[in-house]
Amino acid sequence: MALLSTNGLTAFYGDFQALYGITSEIGEGETVAIIGANGAGKTTYLSALAGLRTADKSMIEFDGAPIGGEKPARILSLGIAMVPEGRRLFPSLSVEENLLVGNYGRKAKGPWSLEAVYRLFPILRERRRQSSHSLSGGQQQMVAVGRALMSNPRLLLCDEISLGLSPAVVKDIYAAIASIRASGASVIVVEQNINQALDVADRIYCLLEGRVTLEGSPAGLGAGRIRSAYFGG
Amino acid sequence: MIWVDTIVQGIMLGGLYALFATGLSLIFGIMRLVNLAHGDFMVLGAFAVLVGVEALGLGIIASAILAGGFMFVVGYVLQHLLLNRTLGEDLLPPLLVTFGLSIIIQNGLLEGFSADTRRLKAGGFEEVSVQLGSVSIGAMPLLTFFSAVVVILLLNWLFYKTETGRAFRATSDDPITAQLMGIDNNRIFSLAMALAMVVVAIAGLFLGARATFDPLIGPSRLIFAFEAVIIGGLGSLWGTLAGGVILGLAQAIGAQINPEWQTLAGHIVFLAVLIVRPRGLFPRMTG
Repeated sequence: MALLSTNGLTAFYGDFQALYGITSEIGEGETVAIIGANGAGKTTYLSALAGLRTADKSMIEFDGAPIGGEKPARILSLGIAMVPEGRRLFPSLSVEENLLVGNYGRKAKGPWSLEAVYRLFPILRERRRQSSHSLSGGQQQMVAVGRALMSNPRLLLCDEISLGLSPAVVKDIYAAIASIRASGASVIVVEQNINQALDVADRIYCLLEGRVTLEGSPAGLGAGRIRSAYFGG
Repeated sequence: MIWVDTIVQGIMLGGLYALFATGLSLIFGIMRLVNLAHGDFMVLGAFAVLVGVEALGLGIIASAILAGGFMFVVGYVLQHLLLNRTLGEDLLPPLLVTFGLSIIIQNGLLEGFSADTRRLKAGGFEEVSVQLGSVSIGAMPLLTFFSAVVVILLLNWLFYKTETGRAFRATSDDPITAQLMGIDNNRIFSLAMALAMVVVAIAGLFLGARATFDPLIGPSRLIFAFEAVIIGGLGSLWGTLAGGVILGLAQAIGAQINPEWQTLAGHIVFLAVLIVRPRGLFPRMTG
């Protein structure tokens, strides 16, 4: 049975309808990538899963229970954590405080703790007393990922975590995603960087103008079909 | 020698203004809400202590603790049921609603307690003074200043050393992302207002014990609170204490030159700071 499924999910970005009936699912321990051009509805999809957009209750099911339109705090407490686009660290909190805020709403037992996050990203241990905005972009992204892990999520939502980072840093961040998968969590990544997405994902969904145009495993689909689905060719 | 005395009295007066201002600073810092009824809540706090002393026959300390509890509940309920609905991008709705609250509190107190001036009696403590060299400091002003420092120390401890404090600061930085961490903004805001109201009750205690009060004096005390917050810089509680002290010093020195100039001197220093440092002397660092 799927850990999370969406059933004809519709959602709005401001006044615009951004999603027109997305049906998708992700299994326990699976990594799924959502790809698509700008404005395809990727971020709205993740926001709806995290409870930041209104949705009918039955449109999203997590662990067998309908959760559409629940408040973000409730959704986090069930085990869905998000790394938001643009990192959104708390500027007046130190690196360590940013991480600690991550388990404010959910103190579940699991592999992740302050110590485990510092083992995953050793540089953060050195920087733990610093203000989060004194870090480089890559380090800030590590804090954002670590902060989401602190709640020991069963499902981690990653929104454009490679955006604006150098290729070497992107490699580090995705190496961390691999350890997160190995710890048993399911992961949904939203990416504009298609190669990165195909590399990491067990399955992909390609969105175009708020609809799923293609789904399947990267190997099974082949580069040509993915490219044409991405651009709507 | 008279100037040393003036400066010491000014600093002590600053402690009172810092207490007036701390609740205001706290609420603005966490939820960008300008509480125009802040002065009236201090007067409400003073009347709450008065009820404990006169109607229930309690001592002033027991009455103050009771008043603190009462104001905590008032703050939580008010924020939960009313003020949370006014918060958003627009700063105007909370201004209008708290302005209305100010009028309701003033008239409610007039109805309940009449327009008579009152005073909280501290059992002769008002008359005690401490001799430091050639300067004599009243025990009450000294206790006021000490209370202001203790309140700010406790609040800083709460903000920087506890999980709830981290949630306050995270919500203040970015309420939407804070929700993604499982922080319930409405609950955090209600808790912040409840805490601020406890500080307001302490301010009300000293307001009533150091001078007379009546149901209508809130707005004039609100001005001193505003001036202290803005001189000190928004968002920093130690800045608020410094702002209170600068305002108290200005008033004491003004009054020493000419007794009519007390309030005026405070306003002039406030305006001067606003011109030279529009963000106050110790604004919080931002990213």
